[in-house]
Order: sequence, then C-alpha cells, then structure tokens
Amino acid sequence: MSVRRLHPNQPKTFAFTPQNSAWAQETIAKYPDGKQASAVIPLLWRAQEQHYGWLPEPAIRVVADMLEMAYIRVYEIATFYTMFQLQPVGKLAHIQVCGTTPCMLRGAQDLVAVCKRKISTQPHILSEDGNFSWEEVECLGVCANAPMVQIWKDTYEDLTPDLLETILNGFASGTPPKAGSQIGRIASSPSAGFTTLTDKTIYAGNSGSNQES
Amino acid sequence: MPRKLIIDGDEIEVDGGTSLLQACELAGREIPRFCYHERLSIAGNCRMCLVQLDGMPKPVASCAMTVNDIRPTRDGSPNVINTRSEVIKKAREGVMEFLLINHPLDCPICDQGGECDLQDQAMVYGTGGSRYEENKRAVDEKYFGPLIKTSMTRCIQCTRCVRFMTEVAGVEELGAVGRGEDMEITTYLKHGIDSELSANVVDLCPVGALTHRPWAYNARPWELHKTESVDVMDGLGSAVHVHTRAREVMRILPRLNEDINEEWISDKTRHVSDGLRTQRLDRPYLRKNGRLEPVSWSEAFEAIVERIRATDSSFIGAIAGDMVGAEEMFALKDLMGRLGVRNIDCRQHGEVFNPTWGRASYVFNPGVAAIDEADAIVLIGTNPRIEAAVLNGRIRKRWRGGGINISVVGEPHELTYPYKFIGSSGPALASMERDGLGDAERPIFIIGPGVYRRPDGEAILSKIARLAKSLGALKTDWNGFAVLHTTAALVAGLDLEFVPKIGALKTSEIVSGAAEVIYNLGADEIEVQSDAFVIYQGTHGDRGAQRADVILPGAAYTEKIATFVNTEGRAQRTSRAVFPPGDAREDWTIIRALSECLNAKLPYDNIQQLRDAMFRAAPVLKDVGMMSCTDNSDIDRLLRLDGKVGIEPLTSIVMDFYLSNPIARASSIMAELSALSQANKTPVAAE
Ligand code: SF4
Ligand code: FES
Ligand code: FES
Repeated sequence: MSVRRLHPNQPKTFAFTPQNSAWAQETIAKYPDGKQASAVIPLLWRAQEQHYGWLPEPAIRVVADMLEMAYIRVYEIATFYTMFQLQPVGKLAHIQVCGTTPCMLRGAQDLVAVCKRKISTQPHILSEDGNFSWEEVECLGVCANAPMVQIWKDTYEDLTPDLLETILNGFASGTPPKAGSQIGRIASSPSAGFTTLTDKTIYAGNSGSNQES
Repeated sequence: MPRKLIIDGDEIEVDGGTSLLQACELAGREIPRFCYHERLSIAGNCRMCLVQLDGMPKPVASCAMTVNDIRPTRDGSPNVINTRSEVIKKAREGVMEFLLINHPLDCPICDQGGECDLQDQAMVYGTGGSRYEENKRAVDEKYFGPLIKTSMTRCIQCTRCVRFMTEVAGVEELGAVGRGEDMEITTYLKHGIDSELSANVVDLCPVGALTHRPWAYNARPWELHKTESVDVMDGLGSAVHVHTRAREVMRILPRLNEDINEEWISDKTRHVSDGLRTQRLDRPYLRKNGRLEPVSWSEAFEAIVERIRATDSSFIGAIAGDMVGAEEMFALKDLMGRLGVRNIDCRQHGEVFNPTWGRASYVFNPGVAAIDEADAIVLIGTNPRIEAAVLNGRIRKRWRGGGINISVVGEPHELTYPYKFIGSSGPALASMERDGLGDAERPIFIIGPGVYRRPDGEAILSKIARLAKSLGALKTDWNGFAVLHTTAALVAGLDLEFVPKIGALKTSEIVSGAAEVIYNLGADEIEVQSDAFVIYQGTHGDRGAQRADVILPGAAYTEKIATFVNTEGRAQRTSRAVFPPGDAREDWTIIRALSECLNAKLPYDNIQQLRDAMFRAAPVLKDVGMMSCTDNSDIDRLLRLDGKVGIEPLTSIVMDFYLSNPIARASSIMAELSALSQANKTPVAAE
C-alpha cells in the first residue's frame, strides 16, 4: 500500500450539487441527534463520486463543516480508507487490479504489467492523455473468477492480459464491454460447461424422496 | 464490586472498575507502558503492558482490561495474574522489538535522551541486536507551532498527544492520518497548534518525537538540578519543577498538584524561562542628568534617603506589582508605616477589592478542585482559557463528565466547551437571577478581571453576591463565590492589607501627581504620569525601570524563597533555584538595608524573623499549601455595597496574555506566541 497523502494540486473550492446536498441532508437525518458524524463516510463517498472519482481537499472541509467535525478527524478518515482516492483518477477508467492470493496465483501480475505498459509505470499516476489510471488493491470478493479488475462500480472477471487490453480499448473508444466474466460463463459456473449434476434424472420428477434424515 | 486477585502470588482486593494495570500497581508491580496515561482515555495500542492472566490463552493488555472483564474461575477462587513470568518477559521483548523496527537509532542526538520511556524500557526489555535488515521508515517533518519540535520518525504511535489535545486541551487539531506502517501524527495541513496547553504533549510523548523547540539541544536531563517551586505567571500558582544548570534556569516543567494543576501547566508558565535571562537588572542605577547610570548600592540608597527625608510623608506613595512575594510587601508596608506613609496600594490595575470586606470577598472560595464537584458554573467577566489555562482545562474536564450547565456573562470566547451565553454586560445578571440555574446544588460563580478591574466593579460584585446568594451558591457546606485572580501577588497583598486606609491615596492617584516620591515595588503595568521621583525595585528593564530615577535590582520568583498566595487563598512558597544575577538581591533584604539608612530599621535580621512578624500580621500566610477556611458571611458585606452598574460589556482587560508581565515581555518565545495568537485572532479573508 502506498503512503496516502493529499495531492499537491487541489481545486480551490468544492460544493455539493443541489441534488447531492439534498441527498446529504437526508443521509444526515438518518442518524440520531448528536451522531451526525456517522454520515461521514457516505458523504465523502458522494463527494468523490461528484468530483470525477477522487476526493479533493476542500471537500474534506466541506464535509467536516456539514457534520460539525474537526477537519483533522475527517482527514484521518479520508486517509485511512483506501477507497477514497486522494489524487486525480483517469477520466474514462480507474482500474483496480486485485492482487490478493487467488488472483495473484491466476496471473494478476500479468494484468498489472498491462496497466504499467498501457497506462503508467506507477500506480495512481494518470496516463498521458489523463483518461486512465490504475492501482493494485486487496481482494474484491470475486476470487472464484480470478483474476479480475474493478472499474468504477463494475467488476471484469476471468481476465487474461489480452482481455484486459480489450477492455481498456473499449473504455477508450466509449464502448466498454459488458461487466462480469469475460469468457462468457454465468457468474462462477464452470467455464467448460457443467461437470457435475449432469444426469438430469436424479432430480427430474421425484423430489422429496431423499429428504428423510 | 471488589474482587480478589492474586498477583505474582500476593493476594489483593481491588474495585471491579480498576484496570489490571492499576491493580498490578496497587500490588506494587511496575508495568511498562507507552500509551496508557492516568488522565487520558485508554487506547490499548502499544501492547507493552502485557500480563499473563490464568485461563487466557494469550497475554492480555493490562491497561485495557478491567477486573470486571475477567471471567471468574470455576471454583470462585481469585484469578491469578502473573507479571514476571518468562512468557511475559518474552512477550514484552517481542513488543519492544516491533516498536524498534522503525525507531531510529538516534538517541545520541535526541533531546529526549535520559528521560525517554523507550530508552528506559529498552534497558529491561530490549534485545541487544535487531533481526531486521529492511530500511527503517522515514516520516516527513511536521509543523506543530513554535513550541513543539517534531521528529516524527521517532513516533511510536501511542496517540497520547492526540488524546491530550482532543480530551484535555479541547482543541481537535492533532490526528493520526494514514494507516498501518504509514500512520503519522499531524495537524491539519501544517496548521500550528492553537492552544494554551499545547506544550504538555511534549511531557506526554514517551519518546523523542515531540520535544521542546525553545530548549532544543540546550541541556541534558542529567546535568540539570531540579528545584520544586510554584509558578507566578497567573493567579493559580501551579506547581512546577525549575531545572537549572549552573546559574541559569534551563527549563520549567510541571509538578503534580492534584488540588491545582494536576500535572499540566500552561505554555506561558513553561516557556517564560528565557525571559528570566534577558533584560535583567543586575546592578543599581541612578538617574543623573536625565540618564540612568550604574551606581553602587550605597550611592543609590543615599539618593533615596535624601529624597525621602526632603518629602512630607503624605506625598510619598508605594505600589506593589503583580509578581512580588508577601515577604517584600510586608517589609515595604512595615517600612512605610515607620516613615508615616499611608499611601500604599497593591492593586495596580485598579482592582476594587478591599480587605475590610473579609477574605471570602476576594478569593476563589470553593477551591480549584471543587470544580470537579460543581453542577453549574457561571463565568462572569473572564476568559479562563487565557487567564488561567489550566483551570479552564479543569472546567472542560468537568464538562466532559456531564451533568453541568455552564453560562457566560461577558465576552463570548471560544472556551473549548459549550456554554450558554447570557449577555455581555451587567444587566444580564438580572435576567440570570430571574431564570435561575435549574436545580443546581453546587453552583460556582467565577468572577474575572472584567468585573473587578472596572470602576463600577464594587457595584457588580455586589450584584453577583446577591445573585450567588439567591441561586444557592452560599450554603453552610458550599461557597461558590469564586474570584479568579490573574496575578500572583494580589491576594497576599490584600491579606497583608497593602491598601490605602481611608483618606490615603490609591494607585491611580499616586501615579497621577498626588505623590512626589513613589516606591514602585515591581509594578510594571502602570504609567507614572507625573514628574515624581520614582524608586523602582524589580527584576527587568521594563516599563517601571525606564521611568525610574533609582533602580534597585531584585530577585525573580525562581531566585528567592518567597510566599505567594494563589487565587484560592492558598499560601505557597517558591524556592531558590538560582541566585539573582550580578548585584541583585533578594527583595526583602533590599528593603531591610534601606530601612537602616532611613533610620527606621526593620526589626528582623533574617527571613525567619521577618516571617514570624508577617504571620502575626496575617496568620493565613502561615499554612503553606493549605487553603484556609473562609467565612460566607463576608459575602454578605458585599451585598451592602452599592453604586450603579455601567452598561459597558464585561470585557476581560488582560490585553495580551503572553505579554502580561515583565518576565514574559523579556521572553522571545512569548513574543512569538503573542504574535501568533494575534494572527490567529484576525479573521483570515475567505478564499
Ligand atoms: S508523537 Fe509522541 S505522543 Fe504522539 S503518538 Fe507519537 S510517540 Fe505518541
Ligand atoms: S483474490 Fe482477487 S477478488 Fe478475491
Ligand atoms: S499501555 Fe497497555 S497497550 Fe499501551
């Protein structure tokens, strides 16, 4: 994990859009009086979504003021959780490559190599055109379809370096592929068709007979 | 519920709420710790305090577990704790090894060396070498303001500093950002800490991550001589240790006194020490042809004698300042009495107090520690955050305990706790009388200089006394009438009745032409407006000395054994940590020597004889360290005072906290802090 610091170039101000402000007020109202600070993570997350996928410093202050928290407290939270991006991310896609054991065994490092080659040699650094960035993250919970990457809110699974390149090209040309497994299987069912329970007769028609014990 | 424990074979009974660490201490075991501190919340993150608890698979952090948390044994026998076993030794060695993975090996250039918890504990639990070959982590320097030097590579993330600032000082400016190995302690975007108690974090830091910037690389703890004393920077009289090397005061640190300052001191108390070295008066001076020239003691005395002889006693006046001890005030009063001079005053800021009202009318009757028991506090004409920072911390501590109403009459300041603002001027007191204080049983009315330094102070005091009485602050077992003094000398002066009797001149009259000769004993906050002949006895080349015709160099509070009475009316004594510089002398001896030249010899040859005489005049000064009982009925006398209360707001008159006395004005650190606090006050233009 890299050292998490605020980016040197920050926008001067930040303000929630009217819709997001209204949403924020609703969110704050969900918590009992005096516990508004509980809304800090949803608000920061919304600020990040609004601000091109990364959290700028003025947003930390805006959220702190909304929740009557000290700036340093919100700053602590923003630097603690790695899902908050503290530096600009690619305009079209920010690739989060899972590097945890199952994905690693299934070739995550080859995906990282693609990112290094196509985006930038270092994580969290924008590609030259500013459209892409990448980072390595911990397990995203799709281990059965390792290796995988997450882009925005979607996961792209069962990858190979070639498939990842295709995905990147898709984002670059404005036609991102469908999320999920990239080799056509449904969820994590076997990739070469079903291998067990293929004999339909064992469950066709006579249900319940085996359920004694 | 009390429970029995067996700690290393010794049986002990402790309350269920005590932590295992405290229980082990009660049993006489020393438990190493970094993050635990009695006055802060429990963090349990350093793991140094491990002990072995029978029935637990692994060692437990003793600071974070209370006796109640232990599962009782099956047969009801006491639980067994082991603090000395081989397992524990190994466990602590393991913790230490982890802590040292990233801790630099820079003890020889670290200011904490010699008083570092990590160093000390490594002597017991450290292993000789390291098994780690990786690079140590390096941490960027941080900026915590002019008082705190950081070296964050040394930080072991105990978070004591964060907890102190958040909990005790009430200024949420420090935090731990990042996570895991990258966790760092910092302020928000290099903002310096804006608190009057900030330097206490340096004492709390168990390693050399936070050290005192002003004293950086000046001294090693083992070459310092330590003297127990009390502080005179405000009216509290906090207990301090004065650390000296040869003839110099190197630093001032807090000393435990549960009744007053617990274990904290304000930044001013601590860092004023450089002011004790600069601008000092170290020889007598005499004004010749308009210029002050150094002279001998006898020449200075001759000039004084000549002038005093030539002046009618009704045209002579004496004023005592904010940091003079009771001994010299007593000697000066005695001398003036022998010369027939009645114009004496110790109230240089025009305080309205009068000793004839009785002692309860001018002291902090409940005592500082009683704040812990109060259920309502009314702050009138005071900003305790700067006038008595440590006391403000205590109010905050009480507020954190819950169940207390705090109200403010006067200027609304940021006090680090919420309060109800009643109004800014006198009439607000009437509305308070109407509204009451709910069902408060033990209210305290803290009365600051914004009340008693005003010309209509008597009338306001009278109103407050009535309010206090009607709202239940004056009961047989509770006196909540609390005058907060901001200067160290005034209470003793009032106890000694160093005030003009009826018909005699008070300070403002003495300095504005009614006196031809003025004996100024360390009063630097007033301007002598006439062309009177001024004898200044004091320590610093400050306002008083500049206007003087004769200067007699005296001793500062670290250089004499003198009695000071704090705002509670508690007599305390300073100790001599160093000798006064050059020809300067202890103050009472100067007055004693002068009395002989004036043929009015004071009948005491040593400090003990002087004190005996002083105790006869003011017996309350005798009980050093004690708060003597006051009489509630004194407050009734205030009820009879009258006068009109002006409508001006009760603003605190302490202009600049960091520059309120000559020692502070001589200190370059105080100048820096003052500039910083002014800058913080001016609102920054919005971006
Ligand atoms: S700076 Fe000192 S007190 Fe603060 S967390 Fe680090 S080691 Fe602890
Ligand atoms: S290990 Fe990659 S998703 Fe779980
Ligand atoms: S002292 Fe117990 S964990 Fe730090």
